[in-house]
Amino acid sequence: MKSLAELAAIRERMKDKVVLREGSGDIRVVVGMATCGIAAGARPVLNRFVEQVSAQGLADKVTVTQTGCIGICQFEPVVEVYEAGKEKVTYVKMTAEKADEVVEKHLKGGKVIGEYTISAMNA
Amino acid sequence: MKELSLNILDIAQNSIKAGASHIGVTLDETDETLSLSITDDGCGMTADVVRGVTDPFYTTRTTRSVGMGIPLLKLAAEQTGGSFSIESVSELDDPSSHGTTVRAQFFKNHLDFTPLGDVVSTVCTLIQGAPDVDWHFCHRRGADAVELDTAEMRAVLGDVPLDSFEVLDWIRQSLLEEYAGFNRQ
Repeated sequence: MKSLAELAAIRERMKDKVVLREGSGDIRVVVGMATCGIAAGARPVLNRFVEQVSAQGLADKVTVTQTGCIGICQFEPVVEVYEAGKEKVTYVKMTAEKADEVVEKHLKGGKVIGEYTISAMNA
Repeated sequence: MKELSLNILDIAQNSIKAGASHIGVTLDETDETLSLSITDDGCGMTADVVRGVTDPFYTTRTTRSVGMGIPLLKLAAEQTGGSFSIESVSELDDPSSHGTTVRAQFFKNHLDFTPLGDVVSTVCTLIQGAPDVDWHFCHRRGADAVELDTAEMRAVLGDVPLDSFEVLDWIRQSLLEEYAGFNRQ
């Protein structure tokens, strides 16, 4: 393993942040990580969300979590965005590149990308 | 699955769902074989359920929550001439010592061997998804090994959760660094 001293340094830096984090997380990004999602390419999608949420400074506002099969396997990788007081947004056939856009436009800019949602697929 | 590391991710999700607090993922390589084992101390399965999960025709109806993952891994191993086994002790049968071990052996030189792929991403994804589990990952080849033990990390990190981005990034960089040395051998 890399030096544990680096972890101790992370702990020092995170001291104040950990307290802040509790009670926040207005937006929840949920990535389907069952067999269907994984086979369709959910792993890079999830990892890109984790990376970009941090890189764009959204960590206090957005939490990224995993879930099992959402039940629409043909549309995997599926990503759901939950925000208090708003309707759930379901993004389908996601890729890491689309994840970048969702972080930029939706999570940061507040604008849903209609063409990537399930309603665009049904139309 | 395009990579074995995706099968590993998939199967280890079953251990998380089984409520395990310790999950071990071990890869042991020789020149010819790759042996995978995933061990957990989760709720386990009764003998009947174990029989069910390995049979794809039996699976869908009675064990939906387990699904196709096990048959896919079994197929991936057997198509290389390798083997697959699953052992489980249900908490119903032994409340003090229960859990599941899945083992698969692959012949690496077989035409149908699926490459391991990005195992580092798999480990990071597992820890991100279940940061409260104690994970032990080890990939051995002869005297060489890549290893990660989250219990050791937790002792240093205290209250800082394993799914904080900085910690996940440390895990990724740490594993990549170890693999750089490992793959040179």
